[in-house]
Amino acid sequence: MKVLLRNPRRELDVAGPISVTRLLQQLDLNRESVLVISDGTLVPGDATLADDASIEIRPVISGGEGPGR
Amino acid sequence: MKCKVCRGPAVIDLPRHNANFCADHFLRYCRNQVERVIHDYAMLTPGERVLVAVSGGKDSLALWDLLGELGWETDGLYVGLGIGDYSDVSGGYARRFAAERGLRLNEVDLRATYDFDIPTAAAVTRRVPCSACGLSKRHLFDAAAVDGGYDAMATGHNLDDEAAVLYGNVLRWQMAYLGRQRPVLPAGNGFPRKVKPLVRLTERETAAYCVLRGIDYQVEECPMAAGNRHLGYKEVLNEMERRSPGTKSSFYFGFVDRAVDLFAQEAWSGPSGGVGFDDGAADDGGASGRPLGHCTRCGAPAESDLCAFCRLVDRAGGAQPVPVAPPRRRS
Repeated sequence: MKVLLRNPRRELDVAGPISVTRLLQQLDLNRESVLVISDGTLVPGDATLADDASIEIRPVISGGEGPGR
Repeated sequence: MKCKVCRGPAVIDLPRHNANFCADHFLRYCRNQVERVIHDYAMLTPGERVLVAVSGGKDSLALWDLLGELGWETDGLYVGLGIGDYSDVSGGYARRFAAERGLRLNEVDLRATYDFDIPTAAAVTRRVPCSACGLSKRHLFDAAAVDGGYDAMATGHNLDDEAAVLYGNVLRWQMAYLGRQRPVLPAGNGFPRKVKPLVRLTERETAAYCVLRGIDYQVEECPMAAGNRHLGYKEVLNEMERRSPGTKSSFYFGFVDRAVDLFAQEAWSGPSGGVGFDDGAADDGGASGRPLGHCTRCGAPAESDLCAFCRLVDRAGGAQPVPVAPPRRRS
């Protein structure tokens, strides 16, 4: 499956099927810090991602300070 | 996983609540959290007009959407910071959001109005960019809220933001900042009332809200925020949260509900100054304890003849623009 990561933007090939939780462990990502989107749909930790799925792992942490975020 | 409410397929799991939700019930959960915090901390009363600080990111757009969903009369304000392509893209998200919903978005552009941008201000003042950025936004949002006659100014600070600020202020025992780190700061002394209706939602939740509501937002990180202290605190807290779900909420709301008053004597006497984070900004309404007067140029609250923003304009306005580049930080 194609896995899109951001900040910096890059794409990885990962073998599926694999659960969301396992994928995040493999990539050493904390699930508090990301959303996993499979073919445009938000998926929870126990979802199984098919080998032909298109996955986006979207970071949710924003930095800086002050109003307006 | 099944939705805690309807037993339908879940789209998100929230370990801190030991709950999973389908899309509809997650959106309802978000609205309930915001409604509850507005009520519990008396942030707003029916009929009030609210100015929303909008950046084009997930938090401010989720906030604007949620306040509208809950029936509040809102306008937005976007500040063009001049951070290269990042600002161009962010402004586009804010404008599209407003246009698609028929909402009013006011704009102030730092370069066009004050002849400087954040990269240049950071270079001229030799401070971290987040310092000049926070100072400029606070000043411009405060002024717009007061001048526009809004009852309150709402910002998209979420639970992660507030927990990270608290963590930083505790590590350095910033007593004055601790004394005024509250979800709502009352109006007075030239400042508008400031409210933070997203403090019961984590960043992951506000991002999920945007995805499920079809709100497009700026996902990329500000190039000038890379590696800053605030992000480091968030990483530490998220690791604790992963090991012990609910930690961030307990930390922040335990402080707000049981400890903030202990620092009240340390807080600056004015009611509604800066956001409350030791970012090194030479800000008015800060921790000096000096009585506030008014800026002789712009009339804003000030600790000296000129407010901190006008002093920044004097230093950075007209300076040779510098290109956007990640700031150098101490390792």
